[in-house]
Amino acid sequence: MYRYDEFDHKIVTERVEQFRGQVARRLSGELSEDEFKPLRLMNGLYLQLHAYMLRVAVPYGTLSSKQLRQLAHIARKYDKGYAHFTTRQNVQYNWPRLADVPDILKDLADVEMHALQTSGNCIRNITTDPYAGVSADELEDPRPWAEILRQWSSLHPEFSFLPRKFKIAINGAKEDRAAILFHDIGIGMARGDNDEVGFRVYVGGGQGRTPMIAECIREFLPKADLLAYMEAILRVYNRFGRRDNLYKSRIKILVHQIGAEDMAKQVEVEFAAIQKQSDSLKVPQKEVDRILAYFAPKNYESLGEFAPETEEARLADEAFARWLDVNTADHKVPGYRIVNISTKPIGGIPGDMSADDMDAVADLADKFSFSELRVTHKQNLTFTDVRRKDLHALWKALDERGLASANISLITDQIACPGLDYCNLANTRSIPIAQEISQRFEDADLQRRIGRLHINISGCINACGHHHVGHIGILGVDKKGVEYYQVGLGGSSDNNGSIGKIVGPAFARNEIVDAIGTIVDTYLDQRVDGEEFLDTYRRIGLQPFKETLYDTAQH
Amino acid sequence: MILRNINNRFEFVEDNFERIEDDAPVPATGAVLVSANRWLEEHDALSGRAEPVGVWIEGDGDLEGLGEKCAQLELVALRFPVFKDGRAYSQARLLRERYGFKGELRATGNILRDQLAFMERCGFDAFELDERVGLEQFNKALTEISVCYQPTGDGRVPVYQLRAARTPLEQTRATA
Amino acid sequence: MAQHHNQTAQTLAVTANRLLDGEVVYFTAGGSWSEHFGDAAVVHNKDDGEALLQKAMPSVEALEIIGPYLFEVRELGDGAAPVSVRENIRMKGPTVRLDLGKQAERPRV
Repeated sequence: MYRYDEFDHKIVTERVEQFRGQVARRLSGELSEDEFKPLRLMNGLYLQLHAYMLRVAVPYGTLSSKQLRQLAHIARKYDKGYAHFTTRQNVQYNWPRLADVPDILKDLADVEMHALQTSGNCIRNITTDPYAGVSADELEDPRPWAEILRQWSSLHPEFSFLPRKFKIAINGAKEDRAAILFHDIGIGMARGDNDEVGFRVYVGGGQGRTPMIAECIREFLPKADLLAYMEAILRVYNRFGRRDNLYKSRIKILVHQIGAEDMAKQVEVEFAAIQKQSDSLKVPQKEVDRILAYFAPKNYESLGEFAPETEEARLADEAFARWLDVNTADHKVPGYRIVNISTKPIGGIPGDMSADDMDAVADLADKFSFSELRVTHKQNLTFTDVRRKDLHALWKALDERGLASANISLITDQIACPGLDYCNLANTRSIPIAQEISQRFEDADLQRRIGRLHINISGCINACGHHHVGHIGILGVDKKGVEYYQVGLGGSSDNNGSIGKIVGPAFARNEIVDAIGTIVDTYLDQRVDGEEFLDTYRRIGLQPFKETLYDTAQH
Repeated sequence: MILRNINNRFEFVEDNFERIEDDAPVPATGAVLVSANRWLEEHDALSGRAEPVGVWIEGDGDLEGLGEKCAQLELVALRFPVFKDGRAYSQARLLRERYGFKGELRATGNILRDQLAFMERCGFDAFELDERVGLEQFNKALTEISVCYQPTGDGRVPVYQLRAARTPLEQTRATA
Repeated sequence: MAQHHNQTAQTLAVTANRLLDGEVVYFTAGGSWSEHFGDAAVVHNKDDGEALLQKAMPSVEALEIIGPYLFEVRELGDGAAPVSVRENIRMKGPTVRLDLGKQAERPRV
């Protein structure tokens, strides 16, 4: 993974001291809360219901075991012994004291981490495929480009006060595991003429109040032009994006208003002008090579695809066999597997992990996966490089700590935002709904029978729980101070991205889990061989679900 | 009061430009600041003046027509209606980097100490402030972050160019 | 976005977050801030509510608290309780982590 050099260290260290000064000015009264708020937000510091919340960037979701241990240390020293992994592959602390935050940032800087631009109307943490660099279906590893984008976007003086926040995702594989169609800019690695690898660029996707699927504005962009093209998009947006209405200020609204074709034209004009002006946005090949070297393939052993000890254990231990099937994925190198660690035990809080578990996972990463791991946008963790023959030992170690839930992409692998249990913007709670659904579908065989099914839950219209792209999406709504839950069906953030459709009137708190039960039953009744939930939904549509949910057939 | 960057140090200087509203006549003498629209409309008359002319552009103002002629101006004032309205950052870069404006580029409106470094990197070299205070803080704001990751035309070399210029030995030391 | 309080509410108290650590605090009849809802001054009409909020405002300048606001409470037999789910959660702590927040503290003697 990428390592800081003296420049990276310097900028992050200076930023910590700058923020220390800002906090001191706040605590001395020199800055009012109104003046301080944008400053703290640009360092990921929010004020939530019970306390401040600090969001730490995990650039494109990649962590070293050393960094994870430091995150655990911070959780113990400054917080309440746990942290929360988010859908932007970041980490949140729910209880820091304002005066401690500069020291937390210092501790982060010591392990080459920061909280830069994890909030505010700027370019946020760049996200990517958690399997980047190791999946068999990958054209090229997107992480070097994510790092180049991270550096370019950090403290960008022109784009730190955009009309609204700005999210970029990059994916290098055939399967879109980074939800690029639901980002302000989505970048897919693509092959152009002469087999040259570059980028396909999408713009204007997003969730929130007005969910939209991004449109392609550039079929092929040479690698060398990436930063110039990004500046062109951002400049068009910064100049012409709406600033009069918070809910209409994302780039998706601009793209929608002027149309993707006109957007593409404006970006191309600006891009051409930037190119003509200077080539200073072309990252020198030597620097690209320097960054690429950090992401070179690991020192893999040459192993056979077959590992007899793992096969024996698979036959002997049903729980291990299940975990192997559900939580591991193909690696491009024979004899290795990708291993997902679910943060979602039955009845657990999606994304939460104790400091002790974080330490344990760091130790296991050292032992089994080259001392690295990834945070996924589904709030889970991934070991990307585990020898097939080590799988049973890894599973046993995880299982002892209760970290071997075999539910990746199953119904209990839900995304849930923190909701009204923590969040100042939320209308309703999200986590208890996820917990109750998880308990309802506790039976492992039932989960496998249901198959791949993503339930995403948001506690308000801001859609941090990605409800629009859940196969089943749940949105909490406030009705005169009482929690209600609206259900959408058929959303998806994969290559055939779709936005869920609302099935009907919202359900009360005590009805919502039963409603999900009814939806699942309806699907199981209606599905034909080999179908997953999304297939069945796309074949039969909303109506059968409406009928069973609202009993409309009888009226 | 105008805060100007003079040899990388901020100093307060008097504003020599008189702001002339669109409905007021332009005086025959003295440096004047007029709206961009007026300058374009009364271009011939205004460019005949012996003394300096500057223009102001509102936050949503366009650079159409003005950019190409900006070399004739002594001063362009860009406005931040509220600090979080960042359009003037783009306008500033366009004026400096695309249209080659060399005169005074002045930020007006809601200017906060913690934005000065961003403004400066985008090409502003003067800042209109209500009071003559905070010189020490303003100077500190300029030097807090000494490294830049991206080129903006302010002459600072972005990190990727600095790295590419390193010798192999320096490179080894940097990452050791 | 979460509603802070119902405009027609009559029974009201004032809350805020403490500047230093964000802790939820309540404005007391004595004009200070308490971490405990039980200490909150409760008033019974909108005008008294506004007056209470005005009395609390100087604490912002004094760097004690951030963002004071009125919220609706309901009188019970031997005390009062916040009406909204939101204010109940602020008063106690996360409903999913009973070991955290005010609810986790030992009861006061």
